[in-house]
Amino acid sequence: MSLFLAYLSIICSFLSGVLALLSANKHWLKIFMNRIHMYTSGTSVAMACLTEHTNQIQLHRIVFGLLILSGGSAIFGGLLALLSGQILVDQLPFGLPWMTWHIRLDSLSGFFLVVVGLGVLAASIYAPGYVREYNNDRHPFWLLGACTSFFIVGMEGVLLANDAFFFVIAWEIMSVSSYFLVAFQHDHAANRRAAFLYLLMAVIGGVSIILGFGVLAKFTHTFDFDSFRTTLLTPFWGTVAFLLGLLGFGMKAGLVPVHAWLPEAHPVAPSHISALMSGVMLKVAIYGLIRFSFDLLGDIHWQWGFLVLILGTLSAVSGILYALQQNHIKRLLAYSSIENIGVIAMGIGLSMIFLGKGHSELAVIGLLAALYHVLNHSVFKNLLFLIAGSILHQTHESNFEHMGGLIRRMPKTAVLALIGSVAISALPPLNGFVSEWLTFQAALQASSLESALLRSLIPVTAAVLAFTGATAAATFAKFYGIAFLGQPRSKHVAHAREVTSPGMLLGPAILAVLCILLGIFPTLVVRMIEPIAQLLVGRTLPSASEEGWLWLTPGASSVASYSALYVLLGLSLAGWAIQKFVRRISDSPVRRESPWDCGFGELDTTMQYTSTAFSQPFRRIFQPFFECDTHIENAKTSPMVAVHYQLTISDRSWKSLYLPIEHGIEALARWVAYLQAGNIRTYLAYSFLTLLLLLGVVSG
Amino acid sequence: MNFFIALIEPIVFILSAPLFAGWVKMMKCHLQNRRAPSLLQPYRELAKLFHKRPVLAEHASWLFELAPYIVFVAGVLAAAVVPFIAVHLPTASIADVIALTGFLALARFFLILAGMDVGTAFGGMGSSREAMIASLSEPALLMAVFVLAMSADTTNLASAIDYVLDSGLVLRPSFLFALAGMALVAVAETGRVPVDNPATHLELTMIHEAMVLEYSGRYLALIEWAGQIRLMLYSVLIANIFAPWGIAETLTPIALFIGSVSILVKLMFIGVALAVAETLFAKMRVFRVQDFLGFAYLLSLLGMLSHIILEVG
Repeated sequence: MSLFLAYLSIICSFLSGVLALLSANKHWLKIFMNRIHMYTSGTSVAMACLTEHTNQIQLHRIVFGLLILSGGSAIFGGLLALLSGQILVDQLPFGLPWMTWHIRLDSLSGFFLVVVGLGVLAASIYAPGYVREYNNDRHPFWLLGACTSFFIVGMEGVLLANDAFFFVIAWEIMSVSSYFLVAFQHDHAANRRAAFLYLLMAVIGGVSIILGFGVLAKFTHTFDFDSFRTTLLTPFWGTVAFLLGLLGFGMKAGLVPVHAWLPEAHPVAPSHISALMSGVMLKVAIYGLIRFSFDLLGDIHWQWGFLVLILGTLSAVSGILYALQQNHIKRLLAYSSIENIGVIAMGIGLSMIFLGKGHSELAVIGLLAALYHVLNHSVFKNLLFLIAGSILHQTHESNFEHMGGLIRRMPKTAVLALIGSVAISALPPLNGFVSEWLTFQAALQASSLESALLRSLIPVTAAVLAFTGATAAATFAKFYGIAFLGQPRSKHVAHAREVTSPGMLLGPAILAVLCILLGIFPTLVVRMIEPIAQLLVGRTLPSASEEGWLWLTPGASSVASYSALYVLLGLSLAGWAIQKFVRRISDSPVRRESPWDCGFGELDTTMQYTSTAFSQPFRRIFQPFFECDTHIENAKTSPMVAVHYQLTISDRSWKSLYLPIEHGIEALARWVAYLQAGNIRTYLAYSFLTLLLLLGVVSG
Repeated sequence: MNFFIALIEPIVFILSAPLFAGWVKMMKCHLQNRRAPSLLQPYRELAKLFHKRPVLAEHASWLFELAPYIVFVAGVLAAAVVPFIAVHLPTASIADVIALTGFLALARFFLILAGMDVGTAFGGMGSSREAMIASLSEPALLMAVFVLAMSADTTNLASAIDYVLDSGLVLRPSFLFALAGMALVAVAETGRVPVDNPATHLELTMIHEAMVLEYSGRYLALIEWAGQIRLMLYSVLIANIFAPWGIAETLTPIALFIGSVSILVKLMFIGVALAVAETLFAKMRVFRVQDFLGFAYLLSLLGMLSHIILEVG
């Protein structure tokens, strides 16, 4: 049943893509729409009545409706697979003649299928309202719809694949179709550049993954995952395969230092696609990493975990520090994704360390923390990207320095954004806190390790996690405070309106409700994802729910316990009591006055603290981290008329890692160019020498 | 009975928080050769603020009115979780020490947002600086907490206090370092000298006060009260983790009485120490705070290392 639902999801998505492709031809679109009308209303509507515009809207409805269906069936299929704990296998008669596509749906794929389904569902409820404003000539809908659908097909294919061949095909479908989505708004040079960078790094990552599978295939002589599972590699080749897999999957997931494409590519795609990329595609890469290392390689060495932990910590801290400095709303969110992927990687790394050291009961905590964060991040990051899309759609503004006061202009969106901001800042009682708490609990179990190095280093990474959490709160205080609070900093923001399309509220609202539910019922969620731990580590966490469903206790209940429902109850009880108390003492109505201006007269909106100013203390303290280029114009002219202050913050990794590689490749290319003198005699000499050499090899 | 005490204890906690603030102020005045106001002065000020008609900025949003309640409620919840007079209360297991820092962070998050709501330069400046201090103090605080958690093998405050009580009076270098680190963090988090000055309203030096500058009437009262709760919270936390002796381990009246007296004595002592520290040091520049908190982190890290090197195995 679950497998059927998974297939249904892929088929719906595929159909939606085909339909979008067909609509490229206006004639076919007309015929198709007419048929639809005939079937639905029973009468043939005259073709002339169907204007192109209504056709378009109908088409959007059908294309995204199919995607909603696809998302829904993915959620149900995944949940069924997760709850039943069964492993379903199948073979499809596609692919090479001697190697059909192997399909497998187990609890791990089921869980990630739910993650994908949630993202797809919310994004496709949201999308019809959002895409309406794209000009069909410059940004054709058929391309957007088709690529979105194939993107989803690719992601679901990756989750279901049970042989390396199908896995790589699905992976590449995902990469290539998302390339077109990144390049969708190709009229800006910066977008084309971002898309190219993305494609380049996707190719490198893809090659690395293929090589990783190649190492495994060398031992098994097939590409079947089942035989990968049963074959044990030598430690050396195991490590080589792991490193290749880590590079490939880490590149897609956006782990530092191979993250450079992410903050470029995610912001330039249409917002619901950014949500899918940040919220869902990165998780598919995490799925790949977990599947590859825990399931296929099996025998995990603690050194791998150490590497993943360090990379995760680095990603978390640098991701959030850069996120705080961004003034572009979607770039801020993209950098914050790097941070969250880092947190997930920390959980995975801890789990690997414990597993490698033989503490499988502790490895479960780390793994569950990572998976919980996967789910949480996909929910709130999708939510925030959709909110960013709404802001963009209503104000045509992506720069924080021009925003402000949207809480009054877009009140409903503002409430949803507040929930998302609190959740991503890891504050109780919402969901972000639970997974971070679990990660802390996993890190604190380091005292049971024998190695003094690990015992002292893991708490340090946990302290870094604490820093990350607090800085994330600062980042999203800035996100919310600058965009929604204060006074509008530009005219078009001052006249912004609330979104009109109901889908643009419903999509985020579903996610916001999930943020709350996932925060309040952590024990149920942990219960639900436990079968994955059983599958990968070979044991569950019976202590997690031994005190009943109200209490989350990863170790014994005396070690650590957290009851989100009681927290919420306590908060509301105390809130109710204090509100009663205050009302009793003073019920005088509020008087409204202008804010304090030090007696200098009218404040205007330019006197507010800006986004750049808000993050200035961090910039100053963590100066070595940033590449700041400050440019001040007209500062010395008198009388001073206007001062232009320009601050550019660039990623340090560009200068220290990417540019040297680029220069190296260029130097290599120049060196190769010496061979190509352009002289036919030289080329003939090359051929002659090569021939001689080959003859020598053959005869010798 | 358990639940009754668990309900009463936080109420006692929040009602006595202004008293503690008054005590600190009194000690400070005595040390600085000034005439001290009555111990009850904070209560009078709160009562005055509660009765005044609030004035809000004309374009303050609903979030501005909601934030004081959330700040206060988060403080109350934190007070309910920290063992105050008795150790084993049912409320203590609702949240552990990491969740406790979470509650404080929740309060701070809404205060930061409230500072940005009206859209004046002061509010934004205060918010930005508060966010910076929070980011730096959180790792130092959690590092100190980890020292405790790794020695006691728990993050539940009640279990940790049990552990300290059981192991008796032994000198643990790791705890001393953690205590020092936590004390520095507490100074920063509660906005005391030398990080921030609660008494100043000089524009350029304010941090916390700048954020709440636009509040008045009952809203200001809630925020002030929440600040007093926060000060008392850190003091009780330090007192009961590092010197839990006297705290009621059973819920008999005698034990509870001894528990109340002991926490009273400890708080009086901490109040004196705080007043002395505030008198001895001047407020530092904003951009010296990172050195201060970096030092706090270093102390906690030393605590962690000495725990690993000296105390394990």
